[in-house]
Amino acid sequence: MKARVHVMLKDGVLDPQGEAVRHALGSLGFDGVEKVRQGKVIELDVADGTTEDTVREMCEKLLANTVIESYQIEMS
Amino acid sequence: MRAAVVVFPGSNCDRDLAVAFRDAGCQVDMVWHKDTALPDNVDIVGIPGGFSFGDYLRCGAIAANSPICSEVKAHAERGGFVLGICNGFQILTETGLLPGALLRNAGLKYICRTVPLIVGTNDSVYTSGYTVGQEIGVPIAHHDGNYTASDEVAAQLAAEDRIAFRYADNPNGATADIAGILSENRRVLGMMPHPERAADEKHGGTDGKALFSGIASALAAA
Repeated sequence: MKARVHVMLKDGVLDPQGEAVRHALGSLGFDGVEKVRQGKVIELDVADGTTEDTVREMCEKLLANTVIESYQIEMS
Repeated sequence: MRAAVVVFPGSNCDRDLAVAFRDAGCQVDMVWHKDTALPDNVDIVGIPGGFSFGDYLRCGAIAANSPICSEVKAHAERGGFVLGICNGFQILTETGLLPGALLRNAGLKYICRTVPLIVGTNDSVYTSGYTVGQEIGVPIAHHDGNYTASDEVAAQLAAEDRIAFRYADNPNGATADIAGILSENRRVLGMMPHPERAADEKHGGTDGKALFSGIASALAAA
């Protein structure tokens, strides 16, 4: 089974990379992009029966830095 | 006085840090990240700059979970001294020994130059050789040195006189111009600038030297 973890900078934490992407889109002529936030997706192949709680523990311990990042878990 | 310098895959300031400790009169042991113990009777642990584990995932995140880091944490929790420079600072925030986090520089560029710092406090072994408000020149070399903390944490650091160094001219967007902070017991220092690169005449500057001599004289007297 797979677990997919989305890690994003928390709201309110400045995202200079997202801001640079927004500027680049503007200069390519894409108007109206008001905000870009850049995050990452981490895909895990995990043993059957792995619980979301276990993946949450992985996020808390390593995959996300909860001082600045939030995360969402999708199990499939 | 005994110092240990931790080496991770990708550390590149470990030997410079060892030289700076040695020049200040310390006996220095290098410790590999897979080691599970620090040398006996270590007074201070140095976490060097570099790109531990290639900065994968987040700068310092993987190093912070390496076997030696549990020992470094235990050492700090026993009241031991820990100095983290650049990637070492990032690692210390990832371990939770210091609050906040280091984000990508606001200008998105890697910055490598000597910058002016203002000494924020001289109430620590690291800064006792300076005067409060003194301006010193110390090199920075980082892409992710933008110190970020919540307003409450930043206010607490200021109120508790734990901001060791501030940038005179903020190069990276750091909250409250913070370049280096102390732990609550003032024995753990994390800083983005590299004092070990300003500790010998041949470096082109010696403003970082007082940090190492301050540690050595404080710990020799202890």
